[in-house]
Amino acid sequence: MSTIKPVNQKAWWLVLPVVVCVAFSAVLPLMTVVNYSLQDIISPERRVFVGTEWFAAAMRDEELHSALWRQLTFSLAVLTVEIPLGIMLALSMPAKGWKASAVLVVVALSLLIPWNVVGTIWQIFGRADIGLLGAMLQKMGFDYNYTGNATHAWLTVLVMDVWHWTPLVALLCYAGLRSIPDAYYQAARIDGASRFAVFRYIQLPKMRGVLMIAVLLRFMDSFMIYTEPFVLTGGGPGNATTFLSEYLTQKAVGQFDVGPAAAFSLIYFLIILLLCFILYNWMQRVGTADKEGAGHE
Amino acid sequence: MNDNRTLPRTLFLVVYIVFALLPIYWMINMSFKTNEEILSSFTFFPQHFTWDNYKTIFTDASWYSGYINSLIIVAINMTISICVALPAAYAFSRYSFLGDKHLFFWLLTNRMTPPAVFLLPFFQLYTTLGLMDTHIAVALAHLVFNVPLAVWILEGFMSGVPREIDETAYIDGYSFPRFFLTIFLPLIKAGVGVAAFFCFMFSWVELLLARTLTSVDAKPIVATMTRTVSAAGMDWATLAAAGVLTIVPGAIVIWFVRHYIAKGFAMGRV
Repeated sequence: MSTIKPVNQKAWWLVLPVVVCVAFSAVLPLMTVVNYSLQDIISPERRVFVGTEWFAAAMRDEELHSALWRQLTFSLAVLTVEIPLGIMLALSMPAKGWKASAVLVVVALSLLIPWNVVGTIWQIFGRADIGLLGAMLQKMGFDYNYTGNATHAWLTVLVMDVWHWTPLVALLCYAGLRSIPDAYYQAARIDGASRFAVFRYIQLPKMRGVLMIAVLLRFMDSFMIYTEPFVLTGGGPGNATTFLSEYLTQKAVGQFDVGPAAAFSLIYFLIILLLCFILYNWMQRVGTADKEGAGHE
Repeated sequence: MNDNRTLPRTLFLVVYIVFALLPIYWMINMSFKTNEEILSSFTFFPQHFTWDNYKTIFTDASWYSGYINSLIIVAINMTISICVALPAAYAFSRYSFLGDKHLFFWLLTNRMTPPAVFLLPFFQLYTTLGLMDTHIAVALAHLVFNVPLAVWILEGFMSGVPREIDETAYIDGYSFPRFFLTIFLPLIKAGVGVAAFFCFMFSWVELLLARTLTSVDAKPIVATMTRTVSAAGMDWATLAAAGVLTIVPGAIVIWFVRHYIAKGFAMGRV
């Protein structure tokens, strides 16, 4: 869009309800967490101000570092698999008719299952003796055992996440694709554009807005993944699937250390914030460069 | 494009759908078995077919009221999310104002806090307000992740509607509320449908906050399900049946919004 939006400070009134809602449900609790993070809470009556001690302790925590690396690897793996797969799925889904409706419903099914059920079903599904996936892999000659083998456990969590969340990417991209008028395709056909050119210069730019939402959502949600691996593997074997949330909960609930856990959560939050900020700005720059490039052609 | 291009795509789609349905098939399969059969043998079909698991859920009030509570929570949450997100998304898509870009990104940052972080503060906050174990508490807590998402999705759709439409309406003497409700809203129906579906979905499956903020009266189905894990072992069959039943309302919702999704984000976005 070439025209500049008019300046109107009164627009703040329209945004106000959202700010109030979010402030109530996010900023207020977050302030409480900041408050905890600076204190040593021995009992509700006895609190000692400790400053940044918990933050310093968290930064030195070796286990936290390894959990962070595991988390980063996992989130990157999730993005590299789910984003292309979701785009491909959206491109393959039929556009019209009863088939389109049926495929939409089937694709969306996995999103609607509560996360603890997802974990539980995969727990049985992956067992070699009584589950379909495990039994199939066993038949094919793999010695598959997700409870004993760290690599298998990690891959199982990844495949489960791909199964669970690729539909989110696909649905968003599908909605983006449907907005492209037929005239664009006709023009491309007249020009004799290859299928890749159609994708690169028509479909991808039109999906940019929704892809941005999809990438950010998948990144932050996979970074906070908790319930599914907790139910499926309990973080094991060893700590192969102990991701950040898992580790945080072990600290907060298992050891009743409110102060250190709060400091840890704030660091956790800042890491996600920083990475999303980088991702967001990078995608915006790529998009703008793309538009300018297209303008010169 | 009906030449040889469509075949690989159809093939890919079929393979994906099989992959998507296998775990769901296994869940349905489990829901008709007894616990002994689930744990003792590998069978493609239930050998001792039973409706008992479903009967348990439909006859036990503590089970089926979970579904009702979930629906109430999700309905309150969806209504608030969409109602506050609509004007905000309109402001972001139409005007520039002090701090608009930062505010827009800040909204999304509220989605980046692991729910586990909020458990204790929420517990204290809602205890102080006397809202513990009410539907409204969970619905309000879920606003953390649904409001930002709704604003982002709706903004995308609204930016696709040409601004000339607003200007023409003002010249024709429409007041803002009348223009918004009678002209603008019908144009972004698709966006409202998509946003509503995502709000429904995220609120429906959220477990940690819902479990912490409720005990008896407002306990949603996801929290009820956790009690299948007990000292006596896991009640796999009942959990599978409950899982099958949780898909049903969502499938109905997506059936209603499918045309909106298929209509796509309005053209012209970015």
